[in-house]
Amino acid sequence: MASLKDATAIVGIGQTAFAKRLDDPEKTLACRAVLAALDDAGIDPSEVDAFASYTMEETDEVEIAKAIGAGDVTFFSKVGYGGGGSCATVVHLAAAIATGQATVGVAWRSRKRGSGKRPWTDVQVQLPTPAQWTRPFGLLRPADEIGMLTRRYMHEYGVTRDHLFNVALACRNRANQNPAAMMYERPLTREMYMTARWISEPLCLYDNCLETDGALACVVVSADRARDCRHPPVYVHSVAQALPAQHHGMVNYWTDDPLTGPAWTAARQLWKTADFTPEDIDVAQIYDAFTSLIPLSLEGYGFCGRGEGGAFTTGGALEIGGRLPLNTSGGGLSEAYVHGFNLINEGVRQLRGTSTAQVPNAATCLVTAGEGVPTSALLLRS
Amino acid sequence: MSPIMKATTDNGLLLPVHDQDGAPFWEFAARGELRVQACAACGRLRFPPRPCCPHCRSFASDWRSMSGRGRIWSYVVPHPPLLPGYAAQAPYNAVVVELVEDPRIRLVGNVVTAPDAPLNSLDPARLRIGAAVRVCFHTMAEDTTVPRWMLERP
Repeated sequence: MASLKDATAIVGIGQTAFAKRLDDPEKTLACRAVLAALDDAGIDPSEVDAFASYTMEETDEVEIAKAIGAGDVTFFSKVGYGGGGSCATVVHLAAAIATGQATVGVAWRSRKRGSGKRPWTDVQVQLPTPAQWTRPFGLLRPADEIGMLTRRYMHEYGVTRDHLFNVALACRNRANQNPAAMMYERPLTREMYMTARWISEPLCLYDNCLETDGALACVVVSADRARDCRHPPVYVHSVAQALPAQHHGMVNYWTDDPLTGPAWTAARQLWKTADFTPEDIDVAQIYDAFTSLIPLSLEGYGFCGRGEGGAFTTGGALEIGGRLPLNTSGGGLSEAYVHGFNLINEGVRQLRGTSTAQVPNAATCLVTAGEGVPTSALLLRS
Repeated sequence: MSPIMKATTDNGLLLPVHDQDGAPFWEFAARGELRVQACAACGRLRFPPRPCCPHCRSFASDWRSMSGRGRIWSYVVPHPPLLPGYAAQAPYNAVVVELVEDPRIRLVGNVVTAPDAPLNSLDPARLRIGAAVRVCFHTMAEDTTVPRWMLERP
């Protein structure tokens, strides 16, 4: 059977500045990020013949292709479920390129979530399922929906606010090393965390990701082609998309066991086709729209046992030099929240050895997409 | 479902936007009945409602009456920023209640001190995972009634 293992590589990454407000429109930001990624790869935009993005992306591939001067495009794809689609954009490009449907693929995400509207404030466009079962009762925002799972998780397994703080602190510490991060010059203390205002108890301000204007992109080509590019290839070693049986999306309260989310399904597929195991992972970029998604994901992806995700965060485990350095550019909590695309680019930097918080000799990196929704994940290696 | 549905109550709370699968739940709620979809072939309860049974794939279903008793499975206490109608009552609680008939059937709702009391009528300190609750019904707007929950031991 044909395999995607190491068949393709990420050879270019690009991004705009990250800020609460950028003047450029989303389309312009998208073009800037895409062109930066192609320049990083050393590939002319006219060679691009594949695109992948999110269904929530408002600039479509027609607009990007004609603006950047792409050639004839033979593959294009959009993935649903918000941040759950981040890694899947690379998955789709890898599959298309490995099977000969295209040769140069660009994945991107551009979003003005910092200065634009919050999606949950829309009262006119509600999906009848499952919104009819949740929104009338004031369960309005992702923070409320994930807060519900977080409270249950804390109750069942003794996860504490200190565990969640460990996550917020690790991301903030890495952002403090990254001049591109929104929180570069903003250290976080335990006192700040413990006295912060609530957003949805048990989640406080610092348990929530940032609101960011910005765009990112990456370039995927075959492993053969990758060896001719400007930077060392970062191979797409193993990939997964994951929609678990009976999963219901962000309000996943209706399965037998709501605390085993899509991460568990993604992990089974990911490790099945990989040459290494969780113990061999040097650095991880794990989707962090909310701090509690980290311990839940640590369990799902097999870094610890069921219910042990909170305890795993202690003793500096997520810091540089710890058991699993996490979100080394600051993640969604402290670098930028652009539906997780910054986690992909940071994974590439780690394996090139160019991160602002470099893990010495990092050779393997897990990147995950949004947990708590139909998701996706990548194992990258140098 | 009326052809022109209002999105919110007069004080800005969101009305449930029904779909065809969910419509019977809301019709029964309007009569003060808590009913959950059940497979007419294999008898298994399912929620949220859907066209066919994920266990036996039968398209035949009926709506089984529930006792209205349950336990709090989890809860949150939202604070602003919120939609204005909710911000006006914040902090309030939103809960997930598991029904005694089948703890895997869970409903999102609010625990209140009386059927028509505000969303913030209960001191959040009274909430506990596992606390026993009983359903009551609140008319949000003409033709729209939602289940709510009251503590069994107020």
